[in-house]
Amino acid sequence: MERFVDLTLGGVSSGFATAAIALSLVLIWRSTHVLNFAQGGMALICAYIAFTVTQHSGSYWAGFAAAIGSGIVLGAIIERGLIRLVENKPPLNAVIVTLGLFILLEGIAGMIYGVGQRSFGYGFDFHGYKIGSNRVAFAPADMFAVVSVIGVAAVILLVFRYTAVGLRMRAAAFAPEVARMLGVRVGRTLTLGWALAGGVGALAGMLTAPPFLSPNALDLLFISGFTAAVIGGLDSAIGAIVGGLLLGLALSYISGYVTSNLSSISAFGILVAVLLVRPSGLFGHDTTRRV
Amino acid sequence: MLEIESLATSYGAVQALRSVDLSIEEGSITAVLGANGAGKTTLLRTITGLVRATAGRVLFRGREITGLAPEDVVRQGLAHVPEGRGVIAELTVEENLRLGALWRRDTAGLKADLAAMYGLFPPLAQRRAKRTETLSGGERQMLAIGRALMSRPTLLLLDEPSLGLAPRITAQIMGLLRERRNETGLTVLLVEQNARSALSVADRGVVLNLGRVVADEAAAVLAADANLRHAYLGF
Repeated sequence: MERFVDLTLGGVSSGFATAAIALSLVLIWRSTHVLNFAQGGMALICAYIAFTVTQHSGSYWAGFAAAIGSGIVLGAIIERGLIRLVENKPPLNAVIVTLGLFILLEGIAGMIYGVGQRSFGYGFDFHGYKIGSNRVAFAPADMFAVVSVIGVAAVILLVFRYTAVGLRMRAAAFAPEVARMLGVRVGRTLTLGWALAGGVGALAGMLTAPPFLSPNALDLLFISGFTAAVIGGLDSAIGAIVGGLLLGLALSYISGYVTSNLSSISAFGILVAVLLVRPSGLFGHDTTRRV
Repeated sequence: MLEIESLATSYGAVQALRSVDLSIEEGSITAVLGANGAGKTTLLRTITGLVRATAGRVLFRGREITGLAPEDVVRQGLAHVPEGRGVIAELTVEENLRLGALWRRDTAGLKADLAAMYGLFPPLAQRRAKRTETLSGGERQMLAIGRALMSRPTLLLLDEPSLGLAPRITAQIMGLLRERRNETGLTVLLVEQNARSALSVADRGVVLNLGRVVADEAAAVLAADANLRHAYLGF
């Protein structure tokens, strides 16, 4: 029973980081209908930037802020500089561009920092909370993961639903041409969508990187995040959160009760199973739309 | 108000507009008529900047708008209701309406205009929080027109507003256009397949055929010209 509780708590914590990557993928999918395979690489670069800033300033939070900031800037630059070039081209072009970018970003990280592991700190204590005389597998650092991801998701949902910027972004996503005819500067909303996604992705990277950072450290995070986004239906923010949580729990149980070597294979297995049984995901809208 | 000078547009090798000249007077209702493929929709889309002109120019209130992006054209006071209405199904009625005026800076005026639209189209007021999937065809057309009016345009372009609507609803929409013109001085450029109902409301009729203007007359003259009617308008 105690083991079950620990695995559940561990699953919740990693599930929220997964949810954040899934959310960033959903943001990009909704705004530009591109599956951003570079999301993991972008988060990786941001984590390394945090590493460097923290090393020089001595402050974890200065590094954290730098990571989120550079995620936002990186997202905007990639949309303007690369994605805009493949807009209105066959979808495969965007897939290849983001895949290539992923390899490039990982390569850059390796060139600058080497392929070895760098120690990467936590923002909060990583020793589990004490309940009675026992420590549970849930620490203040995990609590931060849960609270920050829920907070960010809630803010994004509220902005999308209740503000003028959010209305513009939704209109641009659903009907770009009509939106332009109504005066929406669609190019800007797409850049904003990518910038937002870059920031959320950087948060996921910051939550997942510790204790060690290496150029491949976030690969599993991306695979899980991708799976979670598909489970959630790719165009639903709430779906991404639920998908991330479900996947985090599933992987935690599998690695706890079976073997931890199965984690990445299981993520792929679940992805295939979901695509077979429910291709539009749990929360996805039907692909057919009434016009 | 709107001057179109030797405007030409092509899709690849296909010439959709061949040197169209047209002058629209302020406060007038002009119907652009013609068969499928005559270039009616292309004409509107070229004016709004959705399609790039290959030659010629468009002047709106004395300023050249050729080559301007649609999001800038609408800021000049020109609203375009597209073919098929362009109502965004995933948004609510009120969100669709607000979208029409988001670029405007005066938020107070926006609120007043929203209330005015609900006054103009009572069925929309009852469904303001509903997604537009639940609306009938006529209600969607009202929403599309209301949304365009939210930008306080001086010129309204309408592409086939009668499409898929019952004759009674079409008459209602046409009546509304005339009423807007009489009350606010709105200028209307109307593209229609349904020539009879368009000419019933228009001051002037322009007939396009294969991308060229083949007739440009007062609406009554056009409706009385049996040859033209038989050749191009089908009634």
